[in-house]
Amino acid sequence: MSLTAAETTELLPAREVQLDRAVRVGLIGGLTAMFIVTSGMLETFDLRMIVDPILSLGYVTLMAAPFAVGYVAGKAPPVLEGYAAPSVGARNVQAGAIAGALTGAIYALYALIIHVLDFSSVFIKLTEQTKKIVTLDMGAGGVLILALVMAVSGAVGGAVHLLERRWKRAVLYSAFWVVMFGLLEVLVSQIAFVRRISAVKELLYGTDAGLTLIGAVIIGGLVFAAYYYLDGRVRAATRRAMALEGQQRRRFILISLGVAIVFLAVLPQILGPFLSEVLDLAGVFLLMALGLNIVVGFAGLLDLGYVAFFAVGAYTTAILTSPVSPKWSPELSFWTAIPFIILAAAAAGVMVGTPVLRLRGDYLAIVTLGFGEIARILFLSDALKPYFGGAQGMLLIPDIDIGPFTIDDSISFFYPIYAFVILFAYLSYALQDSRVGRAWMAMREDESVAEAMGVNIVAAKLWAFVIGAIFAAIGGALFAHKIGSVFPESFAILVSITVLVLIIVGGMGSVPGVTVGALALVALPELLREFAEFKFLFYGTLLIFMMLNRPEGFIPSRRRARELHLDEVEQDAWLAQAAEQDPAPAE
Amino acid sequence: MALLEISSLSKAFGGLHAIDKLDLHVDRGEIVSVIGPNGAGKTTFFNVITGMITPDEGEIIFDGADLAGLRPNQILALGMARTFQNVRLFPNMTVRENVMVGRHTRTKAGVFGAILRTPAFRAEEEETKRKAEETLSFFGTRLVGYRFDQPALNLSYANRRRLEIARAMGSDPQLLLLDEPTAGMNPRETLEITGLIGKLRDEKGFTVVLIEHDMRVVKGVSDRVIVLDHGSKIAEGPYDEVAQNPDVIEAYLGRPATGTA
Ligand SMILES: Nc1ncnc2c1ncn2[C@@H]1O[C@H](COP(=O)(O)OP(=O)(O)O)[C@@H](O)[C@H]1O
Ligand SMILES: [Mg+2]
Repeated sequence: MSLTAAETTELLPAREVQLDRAVRVGLIGGLTAMFIVTSGMLETFDLRMIVDPILSLGYVTLMAAPFAVGYVAGKAPPVLEGYAAPSVGARNVQAGAIAGALTGAIYALYALIIHVLDFSSVFIKLTEQTKKIVTLDMGAGGVLILALVMAVSGAVGGAVHLLERRWKRAVLYSAFWVVMFGLLEVLVSQIAFVRRISAVKELLYGTDAGLTLIGAVIIGGLVFAAYYYLDGRVRAATRRAMALEGQQRRRFILISLGVAIVFLAVLPQILGPFLSEVLDLAGVFLLMALGLNIVVGFAGLLDLGYVAFFAVGAYTTAILTSPVSPKWSPELSFWTAIPFIILAAAAAGVMVGTPVLRLRGDYLAIVTLGFGEIARILFLSDALKPYFGGAQGMLLIPDIDIGPFTIDDSISFFYPIYAFVILFAYLSYALQDSRVGRAWMAMREDESVAEAMGVNIVAAKLWAFVIGAIFAAIGGALFAHKIGSVFPESFAILVSITVLVLIIVGGMGSVPGVTVGALALVALPELLREFAEFKFLFYGTLLIFMMLNRPEGFIPSRRRARELHLDEVEQDAWLAQAAEQDPAPAE
Repeated sequence: MALLEISSLSKAFGGLHAIDKLDLHVDRGEIVSVIGPNGAGKTTFFNVITGMITPDEGEIIFDGADLAGLRPNQILALGMARTFQNVRLFPNMTVRENVMVGRHTRTKAGVFGAILRTPAFRAEEEETKRKAEETLSFFGTRLVGYRFDQPALNLSYANRRRLEIARAMGSDPQLLLLDEPTAGMNPRETLEITGLIGKLRDEKGFTVVLIEHDMRVVKGVSDRVIVLDHGSKIAEGPYDEVAQNPDVIEAYLGRPATGTA
C-alpha cells in the first residue's frame, strides 16, 4: 500500500475525552432523574416488573439516566481527519463515573429535599408512594445506596467504550432486549407457540409480568450470542444479495417476495387476536404515513392537516355502505365503494391543494393545519348533521367480504390492511423512481429552480396532494369498516401530528423507514397501554433525540442522510473556497 | 427574424429601476455578451425574460411567441433555458438526475405510466437517461462514469457550473442564457469554458446570451456585446468597438465597480 500525502504528514494529537463535558452531561442526568421522579414516571413504572422480583421498570428508567450520561461522557469526540485516534482506557470510565456520580448526587439532594419540604401541592405526582420508592423505603441510607449505584451505572456507561465494537453492540443490545422482553410480556405470551406450551411462559415470566431471573439470563444470553455471531455477517449477506445480476437477481427477488408473502399470511395466525389488533391499528397508521411521506418526504410540502383526508375516506365509506346513513344509503360493499372513495379523496386533495399552491414552508403548514380542523368541525357540525350524523357519528358500517370470506375480526382485517400497505409501498417506490418523482424531488430542493427547469409546479403539487389524500382515505375507510362506526372525534389534529412524528422518526422519504417508524411507534404504545399518559412525552423525547442525533430518521433515504449529515463539512469547505475565489459578490 | 426581441422592457424594485426601457434583440445562431457594472440589472434581465420575475411593462417576443403571462416552465418549453449566477443545482439529486429533470418538458410520462411501468414509460425513461448521459459527455470525462451517480453537492465548484450548463442543455433549448459561467473559476478553467461556449453554438447549434465579467472571455466568444448600466443599454456592437466607447469606459471606471450586485 502506498502512503498518500495525508498519511505521511504528522498527525495532530488526539482529541481526548473531556472531563468538564462529563460535568455538564452529569448535570443533565441529574435534572433527568429529578424529572423522572417528579413526573410520576417512577411511581407508575415501579408497578411493572422487568426482572421479577428484583428490578422494576421504575428503577430501570431511573438508572438509565446515569448510564446514558456516563455513556455520552465517556465517548471520545469524533476523530477528525489529520488527528490521531484517541486512546481508550481509564479516562473513559473516569468521565462516565463523574457524570454518573453527579447525577447521583443531584438525585440524592433532591430526594432529601422532597422529604423535608412538601411540594406535593404543586407537583401532585410527588406522592408518599413516590417518596418511598425514592429511598428504597430505607430512609437516607436507601438514597445513598441509589446514588452510589448511579455513580457505578455511569462508570459502566463509560466503560462500555473500552469494549471492542462487536462486544459493545452485543452487550448494549442484550441489555436493551432484556428490558424490552420484560416490558412486552403481553407480546410474547400471546404468540401461538408460547400460548400452546405454557412451560415456556412459566420459565421466562414470573407471576408479575416481568421476566424471571432465569428468563432474563436466557434472553440476554440469546441476544448476546445472536449479535456477536451475526455482526458483519448480515451486512456481508446483504451486500452479496445486492450485487446479484440479471437472472439470479430476479430469482432472488421472487424468492424473498414469496417468503415475505407466506410470512405475512401466517403472521396474524401466529400472533393471535390481540396482537393482530395492534398490528391492524399500526397498519392503518402506516397507510397514512406512506401517504404523508409522498406529500412531505417526496414533494416537501409540509401538510399538518393530513387527518382531513383520513376523515374523508372514513365518512365516504360510511355514507356509501352503512344502512343507517342519514341522508342517502346506497349500501354498497367496501369494494364497490373504493372508486368513490378515491374520487372523493382526489377531490379533497385538489380542494386543499389549490388554495395553497403559492404558499411555501411555514405558511403552508399553518394553512393546512387550519384545513384539518375545518374538516373535523364540519363533520361535527349540526348544520351537516343530516349528512354526517354530527357528534353521534355514523354506525353500522358493514364488514368487508372477500369472495366467500368475511373480514370481521382483527385477524382477518390484517389481510386487507396489509395488502394495501404492500400496494402503497410499491406505488411509493414506483413513483419515486420516475419522471414524477424527480419533479417532486427537484421541487423539494428548490421550487423556483425546478419551475425554471420545466417542472409544472401546479401539477406536481396537486398530484402529491391527491395521491397522499388517496392513501389516507383508503386508510380511513379500512379503519371505519374495522371499527364499524365513525365519529368526528377520531380525526383530531393529534392524528396528523402523530403521523408526522412517525415519518420523521422513521426517516422522511424512505419507505422502509416510514414502515418501521409506524410499526414501532404505534404498536409499542398499544402494547404498553398502562403507561398511556406518558405516550406523548415519549414521542416528544424521541423526536428531540432524533433531531439532535439522527435528523435523517431511523432508516433514512440515501438522499436525506447526505443532506443532513455526511457532506456538511465538505459543503462548508466548498462554500468558503467559492467565496474566496469569487471576486464578484454573490447575487 | 430575430429569435428574441425585447422592447421597452422595465422592472423596478421599489424606487430602483433595475431594468429601464430596455430594447434589444438576439438573432438565431449568435453569441451575445451582456456586460455592465455590478447592479446594472443583468441578472434581473435574465430573471424577467425567463418568467421568474414579472416585468412592469414591455414586450418579450421569443421565437415568434409573446411571453407575457407565461410561467417559467412554459418559457423553458418554448426553448429558453438558463443557468444561475450563484449555482443553483438540486444538490441531493445525482448528477444524472439533475440533467434528467432538465428534460422534464421534453418528456411526457405521468403518474399512471410510472405506476403501471408501461412499455412507453420504460422506453422514455431509458431515452431520458441516455440523453442525459450524452449531454454530460459534452464536458469530456469530467461528469461521466461514477460521477453519474454522485450527488451534485459532491462536485467541485467548477463541475457544479458545468453541471448547471448540462442541465440547461438537457431541455433541448434554442437559446441558452448563461449567467457568469466563469465566476469563481481559475484561469485554466475559464479558458476551457470559453472554448466550450463556442462549441455550444458551433456543435450543438444553440444561440447563446452570456453575462460575463471576465473581458477575455467576452472578447474571445462574442459576436456582439451589449453594455447595460442602470438597467438601460448604453452601448452595443462588436467587442473592440464597445471597448473604445467613452460611455462604457465611464460606466466601468467612473464609479467603483463593487456595488451591491
Ligand atoms: N428581487 C429583488 N428585489 C429587490 N431588488 C433587487 C432584486 N433583484 C435585484 N435587485 C436589485 O436590482 C439591481 C440589479 O441587480 P442585478 O440584476 O442582480 O445586477 P447584476 O447586473 O449585477 O446582475 C441591484 O441593485 C439589485 O440590488
Ligand atoms: Mg448578476
